[in-house]
Amino acid sequence: MKSLVLISGKGGTGKTSITGALSVLFKNITVADCDVDAPDLHILLKPKIEEKEIFRGGKLAVIDNDKCCGCGRCRQVCSFGAVEKNFTVDRFLCQGCGVCYWNCPENAVTMLRKESGESYISRIKNGRMVHALLEPGEENSGKLVTEVKKKAEAVAVGSGSGIILIDGPPGIGCPVIASLSGVDFALVVCEPTKSGIHDMKRVIDTAAYFGVPVKVLINKYDLNPENRKKIIKYLETEKIELLAKIPFSDKFNRALKQGKTIIEYDSGCDESMQIKNAVYKIKNVLDI
Amino acid sequence: MKKIAIASGKGGTGKTTVAVMLSRLLSKKFKVRLLDCDVENPDCHIFFSDAPTEKEEVCVFYPEVDTEKCNCCGRCQQVCEFNCLFVMKDRLMFFGELCHSCRGCKLVCPQGAISEGSRPVGKLFNSKVEKNLHLDYALMNVGEARATPLIEKLKKNLKSGADYAIFDSPPGASCPMAETVAGCNYAVLVAEPTPFGIYDLKIAAKVVKKLGVPCGIVINRSGGEDKIIDNFARQKKINILFRIPYSRKFSCYYSKGVIKENFFPGLADKIIKEMLRI
Repeated sequence: MKSLVLISGKGGTGKTSITGALSVLFKNITVADCDVDAPDLHILLKPKIEEKEIFRGGKLAVIDNDKCCGCGRCRQVCSFGAVEKNFTVDRFLCQGCGVCYWNCPENAVTMLRKESGESYISRIKNGRMVHALLEPGEENSGKLVTEVKKKAEAVAVGSGSGIILIDGPPGIGCPVIASLSGVDFALVVCEPTKSGIHDMKRVIDTAAYFGVPVKVLINKYDLNPENRKKIIKYLETEKIELLAKIPFSDKFNRALKQGKTIIEYDSGCDESMQIKNAVYKIKNVLDI
Repeated sequence: MKKIAIASGKGGTGKTTVAVMLSRLLSKKFKVRLLDCDVENPDCHIFFSDAPTEKEEVCVFYPEVDTEKCNCCGRCQQVCEFNCLFVMKDRLMFFGELCHSCRGCKLVCPQGAISEGSRPVGKLFNSKVEKNLHLDYALMNVGEARATPLIEKLKKNLKSGADYAIFDSPPGASCPMAETVAGCNYAVLVAEPTPFGIYDLKIAAKVVKKLGVPCGIVINRSGGEDKIIDNFARQKKINILFRIPYSRKFSCYYSKGVIKENFFPGLADKIIKEMLRI
């Protein structure tokens, strides 16, 4: 089985629009949306949910006021300042480490497993989709990403699908690292803006750090010719393959407003041709 | 000092543009401190000609194990919630990238074999970039998983003496975004009027509400189809503060690293007015 993830470093470069468009060009595909705190791919692919599971991520300390003697040991040992003066625990600050639990002389602390999201296995037109939704503001997004990927693998094996296409999160931290693990390569979607180049380099370095090969797709490539040249030069120096160049266009937005991928909206336009060409190259690289 | 967070849920909606512009507009009358809390991909400094240079390394706790004292009793492994410590027959193994620096292992070790070690996770930069405007940002080391220690450090270092502190938040709606917005006086949610934009705006608004921070919305790439956001705002009684029109010209300026404060002159006034109202 082959898998590939779309990442970008910077947000809003077009990962989801491009993942959606790529996905409709494969037969019997498994798609995984690993941007679990702000997932959007379902808006394009309209999955019909078949299975749903509650995600239990980290733990949360709860202090029993009846047992608490007010000694303040928990406040002293907590490295995150999560225990308030009145001995209640701040849900956002608590990392669930259990240090207060292990150190409370009155055994007044219980560690609860938080329900911090849901994951879904769904059917889409040309295959299956695994996606999730993290409870707003929660941590452990990396763990939920790992769960989505595990499920996607199981689904792909079960349905005989040869490829898992993953829509990754922005940034370079834990959810990105989790979405990179075990993939055949990462497709970096970048834009020719100063900040886009800055962030592209950081995410390419991150992939390299974990030994994941990368290829690049430039979106909005005609926005700034000078910056586009800088990207191409950088890719040449680093010996990174450029898979496609997609023009700056309002078409993606117009397609999105109709809830369609660009391929479904206008399969003959320049943007769609570039994406079809990218799929041809991806199939070649992955040998599928 | 008033603290304003600029957040969004969805990436690339224009948080940095709004944060930089708002800081520049405010700095005409007030002392402003701009904190780039997107430590994974900080971009604010790109828009200033005098980028900050001062550096400070940020380190977090990790357990320094004295192998002479450790008798492999396994107590640390038992308490470590993040599975960072594994006791083998004759030695202790530590997996650093999973560590949350809670110090649980150090506190429980009966042999006193674990002491306070420290590990660099990123760097802090800060300096005056313009008259009345100070920029602070942090750059997380590549390969690190957790952004929150750097965001905490940025916020902790925020000294009084400024009238306004503007926090440019990372995208998303998980812990780094919540960490940034927590404790702010006001949050500006930047959204684009697309199906993706409204979906993620709703998630971001939930986080902000949970944190008890009042908020308003700036619509970016506004183009006559703002209805989906207008309806949501009306329903949740959130004010629309400003509409930035959709324009290829702005995108071109942005791509060159240019954000001029005279692009949208009314922005700061509207946000301050809203803050006074609350």
